[in-house]
Amino acid sequence: MTSDNNSISRKTKLEDKDYKWGFTTDVETEVVPKGLSEEIINIISSKKSEPKWLLDWRLKAYKHWLAQDKKEGEPEWAMVDYPDINYQDIHYYAAPNLSDAPKSLEDVDPEMLEAFEKLGIPLEERAQLAGVAVDAVFDSVSVATTYEKQLKELGIIFCSFSEAVKNHPDLIEKYLGSVVPYSDNYFANLNSAVFSDGSFIYVPPGVRCPIELMTYFRINTADTGQFERTLIVADKDSYVSYLEGCTAPIRKSSQLHAAVVELVALENAEIKYSTLQNWYPGTKEGVGGVYNFVTKRGKCLGKGSKISWTQVETGSAITWKYPSVILQGDDSVGEFYSVALTNNRQQADTGTKMIHIGKNTRSNIVAKGISAGEGNNTYRGQVKVLPSAENAQNFTQCDSLLIGDKCGAHTVPYIEVKNPSAKLEHEASTSKVSDDQLFYLMQRGLDEEEAHHMIITGWSKEVFKELPFEFAVEAGQLLKVSLEGAVG
Amino acid sequence: MDNKILEIKNLKALVSETGEEILSGIDLEIGDGETHVIMGPNGGGKSTLVNVIAGRDSYEVSSGSIKFKSKNLLNMNIDERSREGIFLAFQYPSEIPGVRPWQFMKAAVDAKRKANGDPELSVREFSKIYDDNLKKININSDLMKRSLNEGFSGGEKKRNEVFQMMMLEPNLALLDETDSGLDVDALKAVGDAVNNLRDSKRSFLIVTHYQRLLDHIKPDFVHILINGKIAESGNSDLVKKIENDGYESFA
Repeated sequence: MTSDNNSISRKTKLEDKDYKWGFTTDVETEVVPKGLSEEIINIISSKKSEPKWLLDWRLKAYKHWLAQDKKEGEPEWAMVDYPDINYQDIHYYAAPNLSDAPKSLEDVDPEMLEAFEKLGIPLEERAQLAGVAVDAVFDSVSVATTYEKQLKELGIIFCSFSEAVKNHPDLIEKYLGSVVPYSDNYFANLNSAVFSDGSFIYVPPGVRCPIELMTYFRINTADTGQFERTLIVADKDSYVSYLEGCTAPIRKSSQLHAAVVELVALENAEIKYSTLQNWYPGTKEGVGGVYNFVTKRGKCLGKGSKISWTQVETGSAITWKYPSVILQGDDSVGEFYSVALTNNRQQADTGTKMIHIGKNTRSNIVAKGISAGEGNNTYRGQVKVLPSAENAQNFTQCDSLLIGDKCGAHTVPYIEVKNPSAKLEHEASTSKVSDDQLFYLMQRGLDEEEAHHMIITGWSKEVFKELPFEFAVEAGQLLKVSLEGAVG
Repeated sequence: MDNKILEIKNLKALVSETGEEILSGIDLEIGDGETHVIMGPNGGGKSTLVNVIAGRDSYEVSSGSIKFKSKNLLNMNIDERSREGIFLAFQYPSEIPGVRPWQFMKAAVDAKRKANGDPELSVREFSKIYDDNLKKININSDLMKRSLNEGFSGGEKKRNEVFQMMMLEPNLALLDETDSGLDVDALKAVGDAVNNLRDSKRSFLIVTHYQRLLDHIKPDFVHILINGKIAESGNSDLVKKIENDGYESFA
């Protein structure tokens, strides 16, 4: 898919991009006091001028969360270990001070634009050069949207979640919580109560979105938990590819991030969702870092629909994430391609769920975990075939790569089949970078780190090739940066 | 010290893991532009010698010295030795999944240029050299679209090694049984490639079991390595002696 020529020139461009992303921006921020209560939720909702039904939904979620919190608290089955989170010590809302919302890029706070520059995404240039529309979420509120007009002509809606609530309330009311109900799990539940902003996409019937849609999330205000809510609806016979890239500035205390992403694919629609997650992983000693508790789920509602998740997870102190697909429509397809890397003290418990309901549904899972340092990497995946799912098929491949002798890799597949016509295949492997391979590459002049990097990116290629080109190059670069100090 | 590219003195080396001594006092000098051939029975230490020169760390040098271009080679890492001009054509080249030969060679050539203070080659410049060399060694370019060495036959792997040697233009090329497993045509291609590269600034140390490679490549010196020591050195006539009498007469 990619030509070598491009990959080289890109590489040079990206070279000075170490983890220099530990900066904060001095934009005036409007912060709601710390803590969680009905009152806080009321404030969030009214600041966003939300309709009553949405406030009610938030409050229902809050009550449910409260009950759950008292009863059993956070889920404990994942193989991750972290200090208790004090939910009353978190700001649940922070918005850049925008009494006059910017009408165009010229209206955007220059300092904010500079922050994007540092991230390597000069908004206007990059968007134009790469043909990507960027809906930039800065903390919690969208500050700039490009390409909106072009998309509008096609009837594609790509805006912040808050705008969608204002301008397309019917769509939001119809689909919000239709894939991840507010009561789904502890963190999704919390998100439903306090979600700040995120992206909304609607692609009308028969429309193929001509550009990759992209959002960059950043957690910027100190000690602000960020609770994005993203909803993508692809109507009949439509196609959309969405890219999500994340970097976060360095912070002293840990930061909670609990996002919810819902995807809905109607008949013959296809959604491709790609994520590059590079949030601050904490220090080598395991101090700080983002806690990433994310619920991502798609529903193949219509016949012949397809949802594909691709993720490269290199950041965060803790990753707890299982992008899943509910295969409800007959002949629908779910895919999950993942590379998760843990170095130093990072912990990742990630995988997917494929729930087969419709006939002839197919799912494909390729999960690759790289463990280095004292990192712990768990693949946790569920494949469930319900009685209605005649002729369901699943293929699962889990590969683990170990670097050094202090890290861990675990594979935890759950398989539940209630229809005998189902065909499931599971392959798993664990390997180390071999001395022979290293010697070979180093004999040709590559230093140890570069040799490791080449072997690891090669090993990850099956997943990387699923990424849009721009992301694939960046993903390779991220692995390199994330593995610094792990070898040699 | 006018024209010796490689000077090995009383080199002893053992297998790091087991402590078993494989090289028991090697003395060898290679001059600029010279081609040396090492022959000898299995287990005599031929492969070990070239691997130790390349810096493979599964071997430990217990005594002696190796100088390359008058520099102490034993102080250099594997990759430094390579960038300094040492190339090893592997007996069993590794397969690297997901890494394409083009990408690999570009990185290797750039690493060497960078070490020499030269700018990286542009994609265009590099591709031209790459394609020219592919043609010279006659490798199917479809093969080179695969992952490095994956699905390559034994002979194709060996051709690929020689191709890499052509790309990296070393000052000292170590060929570790590059001729084994080659058919007649491939053998000739390898021989031609080596002969084309021979000049006053490039030396070769060729490990082989068979005389047939020497039908194509005329060595300046032949050494017989037995039990970790060079039992005898001479010119190509030595090869005939081996043909007639076997290695036992040297032991």
